[in-house]
Amino acid sequence: MKSKKRASLVYKFFVYILLIFLAILCIFPFWVMIINGTRSTAEISQSAVALLPSGSLLDNFKVFERYETFAPVRGFFNSMIISVGATICAVYFSTLTAYGVVAYKWKFRNAFFTFILAVMMIPGQVTLIGYTTFVYKIGMQNNFLMLILPAIQAPSMVFFMRQYMIPSLSLEIVESARIDGAKEFYIFNRIALPIMKPAMATQAIFTFVSTWNDLFRPMVLLPDQKKNTLPMMVSLLKGDAYKTEYGTVYLGLTLTVLPLFIVYFLLSKYIIAGVALGSVKG
Amino acid sequence: MKRKKMSYAKYGYFFCIPFAVAFLLFQLYPIVFTLIIGFTDLKTLPTNEWHFLDDIFGNFKKVLGQETFWTAFGNTWLLWITNFIPQIVLALLLAAIFTDNRSKIKGQGFFKVVFYMPNIITAATIAVLFTNFFGYPKGPVNDLFHALGITASDNNIYFFQNKTVARGVVSFIQFWMWYGYSMIVFISGILGISPEIFEAAEVDGASRVQQFFHVTLPNIKTIMLFSLVTSLIGGLQMFDIPHLLVSKNGPSNATLTTSCYIYNKAFDGKHFYGQGAAASMFMFLIIAVLASIMFYVMRDKDEAKLNKLMRQQTREFKKAQKALKGGN
Repeated sequence: MKSKKRASLVYKFFVYILLIFLAILCIFPFWVMIINGTRSTAEISQSAVALLPSGSLLDNFKVFERYETFAPVRGFFNSMIISVGATICAVYFSTLTAYGVVAYKWKFRNAFFTFILAVMMIPGQVTLIGYTTFVYKIGMQNNFLMLILPAIQAPSMVFFMRQYMIPSLSLEIVESARIDGAKEFYIFNRIALPIMKPAMATQAIFTFVSTWNDLFRPMVLLPDQKKNTLPMMVSLLKGDAYKTEYGTVYLGLTLTVLPLFIVYFLLSKYIIAGVALGSVKG
Repeated sequence: MKRKKMSYAKYGYFFCIPFAVAFLLFQLYPIVFTLIIGFTDLKTLPTNEWHFLDDIFGNFKKVLGQETFWTAFGNTWLLWITNFIPQIVLALLLAAIFTDNRSKIKGQGFFKVVFYMPNIITAATIAVLFTNFFGYPKGPVNDLFHALGITASDNNIYFFQNKTVARGVVSFIQFWMWYGYSMIVFISGILGISPEIFEAAEVDGASRVQQFFHVTLPNIKTIMLFSLVTSLIGGLQMFDIPHLLVSKNGPSNATLTTSCYIYNKAFDGKHFYGQGAAASMFMFLIIAVLASIMFYVMRDKDEAKLNKLMRQQTREFKKAQKALKGGN
């Protein structure tokens, strides 16, 4: 019995060592990024890693004004408009589509749903040349709508919403609302949507994050520098202008992901539970 | 009453119309258009001047006969495999540790939150961050090498000049960004296994290792296959990190992936849209085959089991939500 207990202690010791090592591995790069954003170029070239912040945050920020290409505030708003717009489109219309499949019996319902399953995995990147040509042909390059509207069709989200809706939405309530004289669209907005709120919230977070992080599509569809999103501006930080401005580069990198850190620290438990919930769909 | 119920069917169509229209416009049309461009000499945007090639498969022949394309294709697989294998091994190990009933690990919530964090941070930012870490002549890794005495203090290494290092860092970043995600997916899969099976194994005297290989693994096969295929589909489109980490796709195209190849062909420099489209369609074909495997696996999945798992996760999820509301 005693040897068993000792074995268990040894096991736990190694497990915690592993977990703490991995935790440091995950936090450390971001820590260095944030701290170095507050240090001067001289400090960083002396020793590139420091654990405590220094006082050069404002000086580093002022460098951005010297070269106007990296404009964190403008980039923030551009990214925000696209991400919020795409999130609203994706979440609302996916729930609407799922409701159409769950709440009504129509002839092609099953065929339509099978179709959604079939197209779920179609990758966005390999169709980008056709899409870009189309967007340029109608002169809509540099228009955020061309990045927002495609979110209306999100097959995997429709699938998720359907799986969530089947056990949660009682068709009897829908039926009784009808008897009370409610219109179908009203029933969806006032009865189905509130029930779907938890599922919509998680899916909203994930759509927001993935749209925010997207690089390929905005890079191709938004050639005008004024329309650049934050991830696009990241590549500017690699440019010659910032070659000797170490602190500013780290500060710029921090600024591009600041909203993500805030979202994550406020909602992390919720996001983790959402990943687990989403994984079930597979 | 029954007759009246029937008349609601049309709303099913109405509610699905926005999806269908958006799909036609933003998904199907671009696919068809990309395919058509693959047969043309389209070179500048916006333009109405393009012609089908005399040799209709000219672009396809050109791309598939090009060494750079196969280098990119090979790199994509190499970069995916070298990040996927360690990622899955570590994720399975962590999932087994976190779901082990015999010795509970404290601080699970904290570790999950930390391990998942890199996954939601912008890949472009992470790529440039690592470019700076491996900076030449000055950078944290060079500093570290000096401090540890690996290199002399006047000897700075230009890490990305080396093919293996450049590839290794891309794989490492991918691994580092995704193992937390895979871990959470596997944990939720293992929690879906009926606890009686584990109890029975324990009563029978199975060791931790035996239990893992004979009970846990066989029971999460489907979820593992799901991870494999989705990761592969994502991996074949790998772009952000190889595009930004090393300038000009690394030494002798060491980190050139197919997505980078398509980008270089179509959107950078010479604008060979036709060839880019041909390469895109080649990738599309491969991914479509993988996706159909996925499709059949999902269709075969036991619906009842899926619903049970879904309910259980929903409960967990609501708990987290409640905790969140309580916290505010």
